[in-house]
Amino acid sequence: MLAAEAPESHTIRRKQPLSTGSEWTFELLDLYDREFARLADKFRLDTYPNQIEVISSEQMLDAYSSVGMPLMYNHWSYGKTFLNNQQNYQRGRMGLAYEIVINSNPCIAYLMEENTMPMQALVIAHACYGHNSFFKGNYLFRQWTDASAIIDYLLFAKHYIAQCEEKHGVSAVEEMLDACHALMNQGVNRYVRPAPVSAEQEQARLREREAYIQRNLNDLWRTIPVSEQSQSHQDERFPKDPEENLLYFIEKNAPLLETWQREIIRIVRKVAQYFYPQRQTQVMNEGWATFWHYHLMHEMYDEGLITEGFILEFLHSHSSVVFQPAFDDPRYSGINPYALGFNIFRDIRRICEQPTEEDREWFPDLAGSDWLDAVHFAMKNFKDEGFILQYLSPRVMRDMRLFSIDDNDINPYLEVDAIHDEQGYRQLRENLAALYNLGNREPNIQVYDVDVRGDRSLTLRHYLHQNRPLDRDSTHELLKHLHRLWGFDVKLDSVDQDNIVQYTFITKSTGSKEQVKVTSKKRINR
Amino acid sequence: MSLIIDRRLNGKKKSTVNRQRFLKRYRHHVKAAVQDAIDQRSITDVDSGSDVTIPRKDLSEPFFHHAQGGHCGHVHPGNHEFHRGDRIQRPPGGDGQGSGAGQTSDGGEGADEFVFQINRDEFLEYLFDDLELPNLLRKELKDSTDYQLKRAGFSTAGSPDRLNIVRSLRAAHARRIALSGKDRKVIRTLKRQLRAMEVSPDPADQQQATALREEIKSLNKKLKRLPFIDDFDLRFNNMTKVPQPSSKAVMFCVMDVSGSMTQEIKDMAKRFFLLLYLFLERNYEAVEVVFIRHHSEARECDEHDFFYARETGGTIVSKALLLTHDIIERRYPPSQWNIYIAQASDGDNWGEDSTKCYDIILDKLLPVCQYFAYVEITDLHHQNLWYEYATIAESYPDHFAMQHIHSYSDIYPTFRRLFEKKEGTHVGR
Repeated sequence: MLAAEAPESHTIRRKQPLSTGSEWTFELLDLYDREFARLADKFRLDTYPNQIEVISSEQMLDAYSSVGMPLMYNHWSYGKTFLNNQQNYQRGRMGLAYEIVINSNPCIAYLMEENTMPMQALVIAHACYGHNSFFKGNYLFRQWTDASAIIDYLLFAKHYIAQCEEKHGVSAVEEMLDACHALMNQGVNRYVRPAPVSAEQEQARLREREAYIQRNLNDLWRTIPVSEQSQSHQDERFPKDPEENLLYFIEKNAPLLETWQREIIRIVRKVAQYFYPQRQTQVMNEGWATFWHYHLMHEMYDEGLITEGFILEFLHSHSSVVFQPAFDDPRYSGINPYALGFNIFRDIRRICEQPTEEDREWFPDLAGSDWLDAVHFAMKNFKDEGFILQYLSPRVMRDMRLFSIDDNDINPYLEVDAIHDEQGYRQLRENLAALYNLGNREPNIQVYDVDVRGDRSLTLRHYLHQNRPLDRDSTHELLKHLHRLWGFDVKLDSVDQDNIVQYTFITKSTGSKEQVKVTSKKRINR
Repeated sequence: MSLIIDRRLNGKKKSTVNRQRFLKRYRHHVKAAVQDAIDQRSITDVDSGSDVTIPRKDLSEPFFHHAQGGHCGHVHPGNHEFHRGDRIQRPPGGDGQGSGAGQTSDGGEGADEFVFQINRDEFLEYLFDDLELPNLLRKELKDSTDYQLKRAGFSTAGSPDRLNIVRSLRAAHARRIALSGKDRKVIRTLKRQLRAMEVSPDPADQQQATALREEIKSLNKKLKRLPFIDDFDLRFNNMTKVPQPSSKAVMFCVMDVSGSMTQEIKDMAKRFFLLLYLFLERNYEAVEVVFIRHHSEARECDEHDFFYARETGGTIVSKALLLTHDIIERRYPPSQWNIYIAQASDGDNWGEDSTKCYDIILDKLLPVCQYFAYVEITDLHHQNLWYEYATIAESYPDHFAMQHIHSYSDIYPTFRRLFEKKEGTHVGR
């Protein structure tokens, strides 16, 4: 972007700090942004154009509560988040995030007016050049989301849902959204890449889709007697192959839903799909952004563009961002993705520049290579799981003093199965990587069968992974939601590796009320 | 190049709708919180916002997730004592250390209760939700100042802003047709003659044809002189004033401030009236409130004196009732006003006075008022007054209501019972 600008033009200013006070102005923001852009260019950070928006803390609270998006349809749960944040903020229990950045083209980043100049600079470096280049470069984002269309699509969604509320009543729409939100994590395609969303196409396809779905449904739910020949197909399961995207399946096949209800499912599905890459790259994304704000700020300092006080304030906030309390610390709440990601990225650079014997053995390709190439390669081609598996070095494991615990409910005790030592490195790294695999973290639930000719009941299967049971209370609630969407009985079987049903959740419709019963073939391990 | 935008002046209340939806969804929780708050507040800050607390489990949004159990691993930082193969006692309850990085916890926070604030308006809205003044009727008023303009056809006179263009042009059109009819008939005949001549040309006709053309021309000119629109074509929308029946209402607050009323009882009575006052102020703009305090003498006073001044003395209830009646006669003719009376006392009254009260209410007040509400605040046995009133309540259940208050927590429920919206009796304000 700034490639045309000759570096000489800056040599004059290099000794002069850009600012000395802590107050920011729009001119200063612009000045800092130019400098960061120049440095980002030097480090080959390829970004979408930036749109930096200065907002107040109230507006930040608003943005917070609508999942960070600048516009979103209305739903009570966003009101709940808002009240919660507002309360915590007012009582001083929570500082607001310094920034929110949105994966869109142009990339929108929010700066809070209350921040000081060093903070604003940190945020610009972190969001506008760190996250932004990640959104543009990482393969998951490139493949699965269309940054230029998301804002338009959300606008379409907001209008559509507002129209539905007018036509069908707020409570009817709310019921749909409740059910869809509950199933949001089961509304993404993990393996099949969906077409990127686009608002205009959505509008155009709406009608077409309506007609098509209705026609297909009619075929599926035909009640006219069929001839002998075609009855032989009855034994086949529907769907033929289990379907992992529950919302998609319901949208296309639920017998009683109206067109607008299907469209709402679709909207929730699209939003879930949009956020899916973010859920898979938290460590990398935050690590990358932190790594770059750290480097860009130091680069500025080395050039004399920022003062000592400035860099000290920056370091103070930086170190609180990457602070990792130990497991026995009362502040501990899991591994801090900023810290883990930052440590790994920084270690990649160290391995490239000052490799030790150990590094040469563990990362023969990396040791001594160009660090900029290495970090860019890592950023572009991995998600959290693979990133950790590939790049977590013994050094980082030692520095963070990681240890792994094996929790098996057939044993009355927990066992430490790996620590940061020679025998443990590989095991530890595998264990940590597995924790970032969404496939392990989230229950694997698929549509297994529909009793098409009979009572139209829907059977889901939960494939037990390492014998981990489903949470009962929430599963009860979810089955009620599913029942509301599907319109007929819903059954959920938890099956083990040998496809033997371990326990079952069933909804039975009695009038308008749904009840969920649990039957268990085996004692459920506590 | 980056674009830097100042959005600080943009709307801040983006979440208002979502917040309202949330409040609506958890209506009964909010209501319960409001009731708790009103029981605990001191009289001076009844009308301010409030904290609302909702158990977090009622708010949770379900999603599929694993429970404890099965076989899983955790990785934690900060090891300083463990070695491979160490065995650790499973923490009781399965919480704490065991549920580490790999799991998402419900709602992300440990607190069991969800606390948020509602502002004064919302507080009062929930406080007086579903309450109304009973038997409110529209009273016809002869000297009503409340008019509504209604359309009443069209007139030929009016101000330019009321001009009805379609009607005016239609009238102009009709006039032009009517006035030009004869001439146009002549023109048509002349034209027919002219055409006949053109079909069979004859040199002798030449001159006549020219004459005919001339005549047609002059007639056309005459037609053109007819004005396109004339003064008497104009039509105006006509509006007339229709007097509106209005529902004016007055509330009499009658409170006993005699010596038998302890400070606590007075506080309760005042709180009751404060609720009533807030309710009226909020819901009925046009409601007037008359405050009457009495011991052995009755006196009309203003709002401040009513709630805050102190007095002692004996108790003669009938005097207050008589004063009420007196004020009604002087200032609030029942033909024009909906009249409500709320009375609070500890039930104590001067010997023979209770029967007198009975007579006054039955003969003088009930015939003119819509609703008489009596609250008795006492821990002791009921006295004469209560029993006299009870007989009235039996015979006029729609217009006379009485309730007994024991403690602070009774006030709000009692208030609700007295002014609950009753199906079918609602007439509209």
